[in-house]
Amino acid sequence: MSTSVSLPDQSTARLPKVSYLNKEYGLKSWLLTKDHKRIAIMYLLGTTFFFCIGGAMAALIRLQLLTPYGDLLAADTYNKVFSAHGLIMVFFFLVPVAPAVLGNFLIPLMIGARDVAFPRINLFSWYLFMTGGCIEVCMLVFGGVDTGWTFTTPLSTHFLNTQVVAAAMGIFVAGFSSILTGLNFIVTIHRMRAPGMTWFRLPLFIWSYYATSVIFVLATPVIAIALALVMLERVIGIGVFDPRMGGDPLLFQHLFWFYSHPAVYVMILPGMGIISEVVACFCRKRVFGYTAVAFSSVAIGVFSFFVWAHHMFIMGISNYSALVFSLMTMLVAVPSAIKIFNWSATMYKGSISFDTPMLYTLGFIGLFTIGGLTGVFLASLGMDIHLTETYFVVAHFHYVMVGGMVSALMAGLHFWWPKITGRMYPESLGRVAAIILFMGFNLTFFPQFILGYLGMPRRYWAYPPEFQALNVLSSAGATVLAIGYLLPICYFIWSLKYGKIAGSNPWQAAGLEWQVQSPPLTENFEQTPIVTHEAYDYEWLANQTRNEVPTVG
Amino acid sequence: MQHFISPVLWQFLVKWLTHFALFPPEASSIAPYADGLYFFLIFISLIGVGAVAFLVIFFSIRYRQSRHPVAVQIEGSTLLEATWTIIPLILFMIVFVWGALLYFRIYSPPPNAMNVYVVGKQWMWKVEHPGGQHEINALHIPINEPIQLTLISQDVFHSFSVPAFRVKREAIPGRYTTVWFEATRPGVYHLFCTQYCGTLHSQMIGWVYAMKPDDYQAWAAGSTSGHSLAQNGERLFASLGCNSCHNSTPNAHGPNLANVYGSHVQLANGQFTTVDDAFLRDTILNPTLHQVAGYAPIMPTYQGQVSEDGLIDLVEYIKGLNSNYRIDQTIDNSAGQPVQTGATPGGTSAPPLAPGTVKP
Repeated sequence: MSTSVSLPDQSTARLPKVSYLNKEYGLKSWLLTKDHKRIAIMYLLGTTFFFCIGGAMAALIRLQLLTPYGDLLAADTYNKVFSAHGLIMVFFFLVPVAPAVLGNFLIPLMIGARDVAFPRINLFSWYLFMTGGCIEVCMLVFGGVDTGWTFTTPLSTHFLNTQVVAAAMGIFVAGFSSILTGLNFIVTIHRMRAPGMTWFRLPLFIWSYYATSVIFVLATPVIAIALALVMLERVIGIGVFDPRMGGDPLLFQHLFWFYSHPAVYVMILPGMGIISEVVACFCRKRVFGYTAVAFSSVAIGVFSFFVWAHHMFIMGISNYSALVFSLMTMLVAVPSAIKIFNWSATMYKGSISFDTPMLYTLGFIGLFTIGGLTGVFLASLGMDIHLTETYFVVAHFHYVMVGGMVSALMAGLHFWWPKITGRMYPESLGRVAAIILFMGFNLTFFPQFILGYLGMPRRYWAYPPEFQALNVLSSAGATVLAIGYLLPICYFIWSLKYGKIAGSNPWQAAGLEWQVQSPPLTENFEQTPIVTHEAYDYEWLANQTRNEVPTVG
Repeated sequence: MQHFISPVLWQFLVKWLTHFALFPPEASSIAPYADGLYFFLIFISLIGVGAVAFLVIFFSIRYRQSRHPVAVQIEGSTLLEATWTIIPLILFMIVFVWGALLYFRIYSPPPNAMNVYVVGKQWMWKVEHPGGQHEINALHIPINEPIQLTLISQDVFHSFSVPAFRVKREAIPGRYTTVWFEATRPGVYHLFCTQYCGTLHSQMIGWVYAMKPDDYQAWAAGSTSGHSLAQNGERLFASLGCNSCHNSTPNAHGPNLANVYGSHVQLANGQFTTVDDAFLRDTILNPTLHQVAGYAPIMPTYQGQVSEDGLIDLVEYIKGLNSNYRIDQTIDNSAGQPVQTGATPGGTSAPPLAPGTVKP
């Protein structure tokens, strides 16, 4: 039971003459495409654009917090900046990026399908997403919004004069893109698997994207309802959330977090799928305990619906319901712990190489472990009273969503970049960027844990001067982190023209997507593949590579 | 050394190293318990991160490709997986129980606590002591005495946070919330609003002055407005005409309010409820919400007519009301003109409460 690896010679690899990238030319061929791979590229461009806006806002936030007295921006401007950062990053980057970019590109390839189940709906959801994004950008241009990304009522409904309705409308529209994408993936995974691709032969990537899709379909309508009610309350004063009219402002918190907590798992579950693929490939091994990892994804998806009130422990919900939600939150931490240990155990007796995706993966394991464990701090009722609404929370969710998700996304982008473009990114620069990202991230956000325990509240435009040293440290780290993001953007663009030709399977990975040419054909597979091996079966792969891997030239 | 780095940065480093703080001061009876849980959480986090880091680094070195070129395929191990499911689960359950105990401790005020009312509004904290001391963005309290805060917001969500005491509670529009603490060390501590509440959210901060009991008595005597909350409430009670129905005459239209606080009343729908601050506030603003059995639903709403401060005055007045003598007096003396009775100052049926005493 052992496999050795012999990487193919890249110097002889050629770009295929025909691929999804050059089958058709012209803007129209992109804007009207029904090809899931092209739609994924369009999502990549869209989300990168929003990431840059959100990142610029983050830079302004960290600049502002260099000094305690609010020297750079006015209070209202600062509030608009952090609101824009949160709104754009959550709803237009973190939620869509992993499902819509990597999911769209890879799910049909991984299960041996020609396309997703509903290609037109897939394209439509991209337009919905971009429409929502355009509304959001227009909202920013026409004055912005200062609700924070949480739209807390009655602040958002009665006490602000900014573009609340536009901000909510943008998310409302983009939400349908999530629902349609989730629906598309569920149907695709159920109905379009290649012959022989049973549920337990699916890559773990598919399992976690399946859980993500279920959350999309079940949770997103609730935020649509919540935001529609906010808009109605603001415009015509229906009074659902207004205590003066018999409404209940806590109701909004329930509705909002009923979506937004599962949405947190939408942001991390795809990352977990990516990590499973990368760990298996760079350890040359099947993931340790496939079934446990697969079912832990499902368990996270299910439990994620029953933890929302842990955002409201100090808001006067009954002590006993707080007990239940704390218990459920403790339980949802367990599957994440299982995954971490299973990935670590996958390395046991592997044959580990440390290419860029693997470095990002190791970074992910470290940052996600810290993020997850600090989540236990917050799930613990008595501790949450002191920690909630402070920088501890800010640090915690950035560890999970940025340290975890963005590291995983980077791992995934580097891993599949040769498949997407047919060319390699520069390996040594990639490793440097991975290390810079890890160091910069910890420098930026670890001080915020200390700030939080010291009591510094989040969303403060000015703060007591004794918190300055740690804030300066955090801002200094943010500059390092920024390099960690800008560097990959630069060399990815560079590699489009100058990167080495990758060949169909540069990593010698076992997934179906690696058995076709890079970049793939529009129809993905020349013939419907018949799957006869388990996922991550590197022995099968070793035999397979003795034969010629078919490419279309 | 300072020649090599920028003087500004140097100044920060010196400042930080000399004022190095990882924890806020421990100034309440709860703080040591919260810190105890915090240290336990840090301890299990270190174990968790240490275990993962050890595995990852050890395997990375031991099984790197150059040293271990051929991977050994391993399917999994149910025993190992059960181990790393059950051990975290047990640790998390310990944290859950410990955290829950602390939570119930922080949010269950002892019955003898001294009550202070706090109204949050954009962007300040108004503190009202029963003895008639009013403060803005400041809270004076005696040490070694349990203090219960009854919080409410006049507009949006705010959150009352005192990191040195490790307590925090949301101030919500439309309902009372409570929190309690017992300061143990005299000093001046930060008071923050931690729930984002609009433009000047970060300016909604103040100080908590924890004072020795003698100093506190001196402060309370020197800062009182001269009218206790209950006295203000009595005046308001009369000026709003509440006394025309809520009295002890045989043909009164409303329930007799003497000693009503804390009692069990039956509602028109047959349920029983305990009269507490929230019940009183709700029945003033929305009388039909808890219609008391045996009375016609004729009370008008006072929504929009009484401020949160006024509601607190009324609640505090009704809380301490144990006789209808003065209410009946006002009706007898000035039938038809109940409004003017509010001008009667002094009196003793609702004596000014000494700060620190709360009627049960």
